[in-house]
Amino acid sequence: MVHAAFLMPLLPLVGFVVLAFGGRRLGDPLAGWVGTAAVTGSFVAACVTIAGLAGMAEHSRHFTQTYFTWIPVGGLQVKAAILVDPLSMTMCMFVTGVSALIHLYSIGYMKGDGDYPKFFVYLNLFVFSMLVLVLANNLLLTFVGWEGVGLCSYWLIAYWFDRDTAASAGKKAFLYNRVGDAGFLVAMFLIFSKTGTLTYRTLFALPLHHLLGPGAAAAAVLLLFLGATGKSAQIPLFNWLPDAMEGPTPVSALIHAATMVTAGVYLMARVAPLLELSGDARLVIAVIGGATAFVAATIACAQQDIKKVLAFSTVSQIGYMVLAVGCRAYVAAIFLMVAHAFYKGLLFLGAGSVIHGLGGEQDLKRMGALRRFMPLTFATYIFAWLAIAGVPPFDGFWAKGDVLDNAWAAHPALWGLGVLTALLTAYYMSRLFFLAFTGRARWDDPAQRAHHPPHESPWVMTLPLVVLAVAAAAGFVIDLPWAHHDSLVGWLAPVFAHDLYQAHQATPTQVALGVVDAVVAVLGVGIGWALWRNRTERPLLENRFLQRVWFWDDAYDTLFGRPGQAMARFAAVVVDGRLIDGAVNGAAALVRATGSGVRRLQTGYVRNYALGIAVGVVAVIAFMASRTWI
Amino acid sequence: MSLNGYWYLILAAVLFCIGALGVLVRRNVLVMFMCIELMLNAANLTFVTFSRMLGDIGGQVLVFFVLVVAAAEVVVGLGIVVAIFRRRASTTADDLHILKG
Repeated sequence: MVHAAFLMPLLPLVGFVVLAFGGRRLGDPLAGWVGTAAVTGSFVAACVTIAGLAGMAEHSRHFTQTYFTWIPVGGLQVKAAILVDPLSMTMCMFVTGVSALIHLYSIGYMKGDGDYPKFFVYLNLFVFSMLVLVLANNLLLTFVGWEGVGLCSYWLIAYWFDRDTAASAGKKAFLYNRVGDAGFLVAMFLIFSKTGTLTYRTLFALPLHHLLGPGAAAAAVLLLFLGATGKSAQIPLFNWLPDAMEGPTPVSALIHAATMVTAGVYLMARVAPLLELSGDARLVIAVIGGATAFVAATIACAQQDIKKVLAFSTVSQIGYMVLAVGCRAYVAAIFLMVAHAFYKGLLFLGAGSVIHGLGGEQDLKRMGALRRFMPLTFATYIFAWLAIAGVPPFDGFWAKGDVLDNAWAAHPALWGLGVLTALLTAYYMSRLFFLAFTGRARWDDPAQRAHHPPHESPWVMTLPLVVLAVAAAAGFVIDLPWAHHDSLVGWLAPVFAHDLYQAHQATPTQVALGVVDAVVAVLGVGIGWALWRNRTERPLLENRFLQRVWFWDDAYDTLFGRPGQAMARFAAVVVDGRLIDGAVNGAAALVRATGSGVRRLQTGYVRNYALGIAVGVVAVIAFMASRTWI
Repeated sequence: MSLNGYWYLILAAVLFCIGALGVLVRRNVLVMFMCIELMLNAANLTFVTFSRMLGDIGGQVLVFFVLVVAAAEVVVGLGIVVAIFRRRASTTADDLHILKG
């Protein structure tokens, strides 16, 4: 059964090829159904594979399928091979599952779009790249998938490229990711030069503390982490993600919330044995994760665009995952990643349903009272809202609780930051919820809405909402605190042998921390309810500092943008205009001046030439005579 | 009394200089031709003189070549002169400066 693994990446690839060459002929909506079928097939293959994997003995639960040798250069043998183990299969399950639902949703959401088949071409290529990233058995192949998802992300953010904002958002995402990718590349160089391999299992079987030592391990981890901050939108490279919301909403749900942005966390979990060696580098990761979670949560409190709130919320939630990785709680990070994929996918799809129903309106201040018009979206949104807020018993409570427990064990200050962020999370999600679904209908623009009142979405869009709502409510069953060793922890134990989950946490402490989490979540919801139930403007809470993202973009503009532009202008005007053009044009002018000067010598009179010859002869004779006689 | 060979060489040099000067200062193409002939024959005289002085027959052989080449040159040159004269009714070399740069 495990040999069905090759179908997982193959089916989306086939879907991509079919749609790329025959998509226009298939048209709307058949192209969408083909894309959905490919990804659904991939999900089925993942289910079959994971069932086969679960049937294997615990310590041999991994295998590699090699297809061909991609780069055979001396000591560097890079194979196109996939590694199937509990970690990669956990990723594959939710990547293909959520992707299939979002493909289905897109059939409804993208209906009537001019480039309908193209959308599914990109989407299938994205799923293929993501699966390559996840399943690769070496760092370089992971990097191929890493770049593939980055490229698809760029295409899909700039999908409506005739809008200036969308085109520049795509470029911004691409450039921010380049900065991170540089770190990834250098890390690979470093690891290869020290150990001579890039294959995960070979690498981790080596005596790494001899080969790398703490310094090189920390450098490699931090460089890989730089790559992760780019892909997973962490400080200092998080600004691209909110702008990425220019893409169609299913794209935001799939790429910029549920799957691609978690790739950085996955990479960190994949190289966990390196992290174990890296000492203080882990602390850097934990602090950056915690800081990102907090900063993004404060910003999300003041955003007006429904998708921007969700984008900053995503940044914040991934911050939690990074915090968990920095605290060596890899399983907690993966658990939160899966839980987050469910509820954040649902939040985005629900937001897409709202935007669809309101004919493209994204401003929270122009929504309200939608619960009467979109009952199914409203009902499913409650699940997502309570899940991300961390209200028990939804999966957000358990997953976030795991992360916070580990933060407590690592350092109480990190825990404090995490709990503060949890409060903010519950608050801003409640704000979003109450502004969008309850209160007065503020979208009531009679001229516009008389003929088109908000409407519930078609079944292809609501079915994924219902499935994800069930997953968000019941997702916690994969990892319950009192059954750790039978669930996700036990399942991932072969991968994270070092991660003895919460071994040092006494149970009463866990219960106390869990109670604190629940109280904080309910408190946040309560504050949101009290403040935003029937108010739409609170200038103090929506101040410019928060709305302008802590002036982060402005700081980058001043630090890098303006000097960059000044340098470009210097290069264009002075270096290119004066220096290079000057040299080229100067050479031409010199030749021209010489030519017009020397031209006068050619008089056309034979006697002048004869005189020249005569003078020359005399000169030669005089010279020779002087040599002979003097 | 036989003259010293150097006198012949000096005469040849004088003839050559007269010819060269004529080519430089005269405008008439025919006169320029005659001056070129003068230069060629000055060279011939030099050849013959050295032939005598050094007792080597090679110089005299070379003179025959020069005479043949000179004759051919005159034929071609006069042909050109006639062609030009037909077009421009003049034999002044300075009229022909269309190759001026």
